[in-house]
Amino acid sequence: MSVTTTNKAVPGEPLIRFENVSIRFGDSEVLRNVSFQAEAGETKVILGESGSGKTVLLKLAAGLLRPNSGRVMIMGHDLVDMKEVDLLDFRRHIGFVFQEGALFDSLSVAENVSFRLREESASLQEIESRVRQSLRFVEMEQSYDKFPAELSGGMRRRVSIARALIDQPPIVYYDSPTAGLDPVTSQTIITLILRLRDLNGVTSLLATHRVQDAFGLANFVFEPKSGRVLPVWEDANGRHFALTKVLVIRNAEVYFQGETTELLKSEDPYLRQFLE
Amino acid sequence: MPNAESRLDVQERRRYAVHALARTMATLTSKIPQSSRPAIISLIIGAIQRLLLILQDYSLLCVDTVAKAFTPPLYFADTLQQMDLIGVGSLPMILLTGFFIGSVMVLNTASQFQRFGAVSLTGEVVALGLVRELGPVIAGLLVTGRNGSAIASELGSMVVTEQVDAMRALGTDPVRKLVVPRVLATLIVLPLLTAIADLIGLFGAFIVSRFTLAQTASQFWNQAIQSLALGDLIQGTIKPVIFALIISTIGCFYGLRTHGGTQGVGRSTISAVVVASITVIVVDVFLSKLLLFYFAS
Ligand SMILES: Nc1ncnc2c1ncn2[C@@H]1O[C@H](COP(=O)(O)OP(=O)(O)OP(=O)(O)O)[C@@H](O)[C@H]1O
Ligand SMILES: [Mg+2]
Repeated sequence: MSVTTTNKAVPGEPLIRFENVSIRFGDSEVLRNVSFQAEAGETKVILGESGSGKTVLLKLAAGLLRPNSGRVMIMGHDLVDMKEVDLLDFRRHIGFVFQEGALFDSLSVAENVSFRLREESASLQEIESRVRQSLRFVEMEQSYDKFPAELSGGMRRRVSIARALIDQPPIVYYDSPTAGLDPVTSQTIITLILRLRDLNGVTSLLATHRVQDAFGLANFVFEPKSGRVLPVWEDANGRHFALTKVLVIRNAEVYFQGETTELLKSEDPYLRQFLE
Repeated sequence: MPNAESRLDVQERRRYAVHALARTMATLTSKIPQSSRPAIISLIIGAIQRLLLILQDYSLLCVDTVAKAFTPPLYFADTLQQMDLIGVGSLPMILLTGFFIGSVMVLNTASQFQRFGAVSLTGEVVALGLVRELGPVIAGLLVTGRNGSAIASELGSMVVTEQVDAMRALGTDPVRKLVVPRVLATLIVLPLLTAIADLIGLFGAFIVSRFTLAQTASQFWNQAIQSLALGDLIQGTIKPVIFALIISTIGCFYGLRTHGGTQGVGRSTISAVVVASITVIVVDVFLSKLLLFYFAS
């Protein structure tokens, strides 16, 4: 029943690879021939307007939806061919932060964060200590006993991040983590994602409609020694560049793929419109 | 290389005969050329296709639920919680309704019996009517209204707020965690609620016949208990079991297929209650016929 996989990437094989993926709901085609890949340690920012299919793309990448055609390869496994039982097991390698958090509202914050551990029937002490550790990481330890209804939107996202990273998955998907938040809270969330990337080396897909998120992730790194977020060009060990790439979806297709610097220089009117 | 959709179909088809049948029928109807059918026929065919697809999805969920109810892991705590919610929660409603249904049965039949001087038959008529028919149906319909709707709206809100997807993303099967506990809980609790409704109904009937027909306790209860054969009790137990399956699976089915935000949750809840109520009543007719045939006293 268990799928044997290691957290290590196969050398040369990207951790996440989409091959000509298409999906439609009824008559409307949401994604058409989408292909891209993400190397180990890379953060891929999926940029697109509302309704462009960002959420659908992330759900495909977690095997929560199945494409009508194409292949979704995660850590060398084709999710399209996997049965749901095996997918349930495989998803331990993937953390998923949903758009509005998707916290279980009948469960407390601690129960939400420990959901996966309790399913794996870990010991009570272990659960408690790991939940606290995870909540401390997102600076939400004080909300241990609260219920989701008592939290603000930004707090809910943070708890959702804590829940996704409890098992330290090598891959994390963030669905619009800053949507509907004020600039300060958005920055907190982005800093959290930076820390996760630079401390644990997670590979991630981040869906957003805000181009600032892409620049925030591309131009800053978290420095574990000083515990500070630094601009990439100030790093003492030379250029400690952040592996961040952008993928723009428009009209169900990949419209642009590349570095944030290329995006900045682009003359394309549609992309410029995003930048303004 | 076959595309993903057809590959999936092959897998599913191998697993579920029902799926294959429904799918084939749906394809067959779509084979009739578009141009040669009048608009109304297209509409009817469309409706039949949708109905078949719904039936197919529903049968798949039922097969899946049964398979998962008999294999670990079973969520025992969730099942207990649901039993509390459905059973203990419905008790006041069942007690009140049962009592008044029993009373009103006597009020309605009393004048007829008095005309024919057969007042002593009251206990028998009420007992048979309650145990065979009214107890199961009333309890079934009440639990549909209270818990079928609660199940559909709770699962529906979980779907639209992506909690069900979150559960799958965390490696937990929603059918095991959400559907199986609700079905098992209803299955255990509804027959008990029905028995309670029967008893309290008889008690209500006794109170009324005591005061309007001046029957003594021994007259009434002797009549009532002696009239009940084993077949009646079996019939009165099988019915709530079947109704429980109908109510809980339909509630879960409509809840899980919710789409379209909070409005969608409302729609699912309505569909679940309407479809489950009608199904309970229609199935009751056939079940009565079948069970009376087997257990005719
Ligand atoms: N389960 C579904 N059934 C039918 N259509 C769907 C479903 N899920 C998504 N869609 C459609 O797919 C399109 C893309 O939806 P998606 O949620 O991926 O957009 P998005 O890019 O995440 O938008 P937003 O930024 O607003 O979250 C929408 O037009 C939506 O209506
Ligand atoms: Mg979205």
